[in-house]
Amino acid sequence: MFRRPLIVIRRIPNIDFMGLRRFGFALSALMTIGSIVLFAVNGLNYGIDFSGGIVIEARTPQPANLGAMRTELDGLGVGQVQLQGFGSPNDVMIRVQRQTGGDAAQEQAVTKVKQALGPGVTYLSTNVVGPTIGAELIRAGTIATILALIAIAIYVWFRFEWQFGIGAMLSTLHDTVTTIGLFSLLRVEFNLTTLAAILTIAGYSINDTVVIYDRVRETMRRYKTMDFTTLINKSLNETLSRTILTVSTTALAVLSLFFFGGQVLHGFSIAMLWGIVVGTYSSLFIAAPMLYYIRPKGVHGRGGEAAPAPAASPAGAPESPRAKTGAP
Amino acid sequence: MLYFQTWKVALILAVCALGVVFTLPNVFSSQTVASWPGFLPKHQVSLGLDLRGGSYLLLEVDMASVERDRLSNLVDELRTTLVARRIGYTHLGVSGDHAEVKLLDSSKYGEVHDAILKIDPNLQIASQSDGTITVKPTTDAVQNRERQTVDQSIEIVRRRIDETGTREATIQREGDRRILVELPGISNPEHVKALLGKTARLTFQMVEANASVEDALHGHIPPGDELLPASESRPGLPSNYVVHRRILVSGDMLTDAQPTFQENEPVVSFKFDSVGARRFGEATKVNVGKLFAIVLDNKVISAPVIREPILGGQGVIEGNFTVQSANDLALLLRAGALPAPLTVIEERTVGPELGADSIREGTTASIVGIALVVVFMFVFYGLFGLFADVALFFNLCIMMAALTLLDATLTLPGIAGIALTMGMAVDANVLIYERIREEVRAGRSLISSLQAGFERAFGTILDSHVTTLVAGALMFWLGSGPVKGFAVTLSLGVLTSLFSAILVTRLLIVTWLRRFKPKVIPI
Repeated sequence: MFRRPLIVIRRIPNIDFMGLRRFGFALSALMTIGSIVLFAVNGLNYGIDFSGGIVIEARTPQPANLGAMRTELDGLGVGQVQLQGFGSPNDVMIRVQRQTGGDAAQEQAVTKVKQALGPGVTYLSTNVVGPTIGAELIRAGTIATILALIAIAIYVWFRFEWQFGIGAMLSTLHDTVTTIGLFSLLRVEFNLTTLAAILTIAGYSINDTVVIYDRVRETMRRYKTMDFTTLINKSLNETLSRTILTVSTTALAVLSLFFFGGQVLHGFSIAMLWGIVVGTYSSLFIAAPMLYYIRPKGVHGRGGEAAPAPAASPAGAPESPRAKTGAP
Repeated sequence: MLYFQTWKVALILAVCALGVVFTLPNVFSSQTVASWPGFLPKHQVSLGLDLRGGSYLLLEVDMASVERDRLSNLVDELRTTLVARRIGYTHLGVSGDHAEVKLLDSSKYGEVHDAILKIDPNLQIASQSDGTITVKPTTDAVQNRERQTVDQSIEIVRRRIDETGTREATIQREGDRRILVELPGISNPEHVKALLGKTARLTFQMVEANASVEDALHGHIPPGDELLPASESRPGLPSNYVVHRRILVSGDMLTDAQPTFQENEPVVSFKFDSVGARRFGEATKVNVGKLFAIVLDNKVISAPVIREPILGGQGVIEGNFTVQSANDLALLLRAGALPAPLTVIEERTVGPELGADSIREGTTASIVGIALVVVFMFVFYGLFGLFADVALFFNLCIMMAALTLLDATLTLPGIAGIALTMGMAVDANVLIYERIREEVRAGRSLISSLQAGFERAFGTILDSHVTTLVAGALMFWLGSGPVKGFAVTLSLGVLTSLFSAILVTRLLIVTWLRRFKPKVIPI
């Protein structure tokens, strides 16, 4: 039983990723522009974390009569009130729009709503976000995302060369923008945990890219005269089984969060699932082919003839694969 | 590479063992854990309010009103000073963030300048070309006042919450002028919010005998007086009062306040300290037969007649109270007045049912996720997959132990972070194993393939983990509450997975090599 695994990937595939690069770029350009347009036109379905307002989850003693409740709450003068059943028939989610008149007005509206519902009701949760906090959270979230992109680019630049840094940042940016586009398209609530997911996607999608870049760099050193297109294809194919396996384990974890993690983690797991898929796609079809256009040092011309390199260093050379290239 | 020194083996085993031991209390209920013998660790990871149920309130101290009050006091002081020195002026008043006054005789500027600094040396004085003098507090003074005001507010908030008997409340400063209040187990914080929403400044002021409320309502308020509304309209009683601005005694001189009954009506009895008692005694002695107003937050609670001098420093406040409102007022008076109004700018309350649901769902999702990963690794890597699974188990334990020992707070997104890192943790194993496979394909010997696999994969593993740590650090820095919880578990998980995937897996493989002396690698 332990002689070998149940499933063994033996063959190294031979997929022409570079041949598909125009298709990949076109698709990505389409998705990115589409996302930006969607975001500009459609906006995001901000949860109260960002938009401010009130969400109360209440449990009534008898099955809730939404109609009667709506009439009652509409008469309070707290603006637009949305009621929605969820879970059991006794549970109601009450959304009240953000109150005009600053932070203090939100709390007064909560008190009004709770008084109107009467004493028999238990409260599963109450969330009130004033306009001050909402604006701050949007700002902090935007800053965090931009900083994450820059920090990752700088790290990759330090560990590799600037060309790799640019490729990594663009592909991560692509992943982030299309995730936002997806949320704009599906109208799924965009809240703080979604934002956490986007930052995690930035960290995760770069993971694949780094692994592939690592291999590209190693192959570049080993086969100094190899044609760059072949070189990238070879690196991608060699790391493909790892890419697929890692994506699968992470996807398994996220899928179980999606199915069993409850409604609070719904947006989070949707964002993560998309991020895992698009992050992998962008590593294969954007980050790596992009190196073809912004060539790192050590790659000369398409055929690489200009590189008067000595014979490829044999496998197991003492030189660490992580060391920076010594090229001036 | 494939040889472990004994002390290293001991260290790895010790870390794993400690991980298991410190995780154990989290698996059992707190009652079970409490009955364990003394030498076992009993500390459990603390659950966030979204899991245990409770209320999170973010309060903002209204510094603008403090500065406004300061400026209007300053204007009063300026007026007194200028009048005392017989210096003519016009246009005295508050404008934006400063007070201003125009001197009739601009040659008096020097004298006025010195006089103002005598009022308060922390004032910035500037004179404009048209002879207007502007006065405002220095930035330092404003910052000092802000710090003191927030410190005092925190103290008062703490006292008020303690008085309500709420257990385990957390009250701390957040940023410059915010106070974070966490109330575990409180699922309807309306009462607490009502208590924190009152400044509770209590004053005793004489009611003006020679002015009518009607005149005052039309703007004819005698100098030195002010018009205050009644706290609630009651039949037969006026809805407004004209009272002296001068405060006879104020609430900060109270030593005690208790709810009690007088003629079957709830009232609040109070006791002054010695200074307060003397002042109250003197004031009541010279004003027998007149009315004095009991004022709370600029509203008149009641205005009784002084029948006789009150010399003992004790009295009762009457005013259409219910048992609850008498209790609340007594509590507020005992705890003291807030130096500035507080506004709730964010509230997050989770009831115990929802918290329990979240724990159940989060745990189920994590267990299913981890189980799937474990099976997956076995299917694709066989024996080595099992090694990775064992490492994953220790990874989970060390992570839980670290959370417990660091006293980090576990939130629902935090649980998601655990499930996610378990999926990501085996990435290091995948990288190593794939590398080993490649080396085997390249025709290397068994030992050298293993060695190269671990060595070569290490750099890649490090690079790919650092980027996730960067994202985690940013989330921790800029995120709030639940997101912070996610950042903590994500970052911790990445760190512990480095240990388990590299060291634990390697130790398992080395031990297997020694014991079974295999000829081929089973992957």
